[in-house]
Amino acid sequence: MSDESHQSIRTEAIESLLMERGLLKDGVVDSVIERFNERVGPMNGARVVARAWTDGEFKRALLNDGTAAIEPFKLEGGQVEKLVVVENTPAVHNVVVCTLCSCYPWALLGLPPKWYKSPEYRSRVVREPRKVLGDFGVTLDDDVTVKVWDSSAEIRYLVLPEQPAGSKGLDEEALAGLVTRDSMIGVARLT
Amino acid sequence: MTETFGLSPALAPPMANGELLFEAPWQARVFGMARALSEQGLYTWDEFREALIAAIARWESSHRDTGEYAYYDCFVEALETLLVRRGALESDAVSVRHGEIEARPHGHDHHHEH
Repeated sequence: MSDESHQSIRTEAIESLLMERGLLKDGVVDSVIERFNERVGPMNGARVVARAWTDGEFKRALLNDGTAAIEPFKLEGGQVEKLVVVENTPAVHNVVVCTLCSCYPWALLGLPPKWYKSPEYRSRVVREPRKVLGDFGVTLDDDVTVKVWDSSAEIRYLVLPEQPAGSKGLDEEALAGLVTRDSMIGVARLT
Repeated sequence: MTETFGLSPALAPPMANGELLFEAPWQARVFGMARALSEQGLYTWDEFREALIAAIARWESSHRDTGEYAYYDCFVEALETLLVRRGALESDAVSVRHGEIEARPHGHDHHHEH
């Protein structure tokens, strides 16, 4: 028997036991999955980034206290009890990791991509961030400082990417469409 | 970093995240269960996180050089550990049920027969 079908049966076994014991009601698991598939994702972080690009006061508030600044967005998904937003500039490039597991600001970015959870990324980005960024296609000049932020139970990070040259004057919605998930993790730059 | 899942576009779930959130239905189920139970207060997400970290550390020490990283296998293990610790399941309950499901006649897919 393959591992896949082993895990599939094991999951079914757990779910059937929880249903029988009244710990899970019909439809609850489906609604969680639907929420994460449809409403919780990087489009929410992109809205926050676009607002920061167009509203200097919001940007200052966001960098000062991310948790409070995103409160008005009423985002679902959780995992941002304390949000720290780190700003990329021509001199500083930020990149986010969770070295122990897969902590990630769900409300802003949805669930993490597969590579973010991989042992390779989690260990390498701390040891050799420039090389890892290079693998993602981000080459940084030697005089750019790279900062690696390790997520924890307490703190989740969001990278505020640099606004692409040539996008000045676009409205917030159009700007949000330019922001990628990877740019908010710090493994991509927007051009 | 692009991955192919062998699904035609018509079969692929929404990809707002830029990739499939789950590569198999059971991965979505175990995530959904783990999250739903924490939202219901059976445990906090931090407690689940602790169990997940322990499961990942065990996986990494026993599979150091073998095979592809099985993140959601660790998720199943973490959930099971926490449910037993909380007294929601006896330690052998999942294995017993696992055996019962495997023993079902082929093609039987009714999940809640009891």
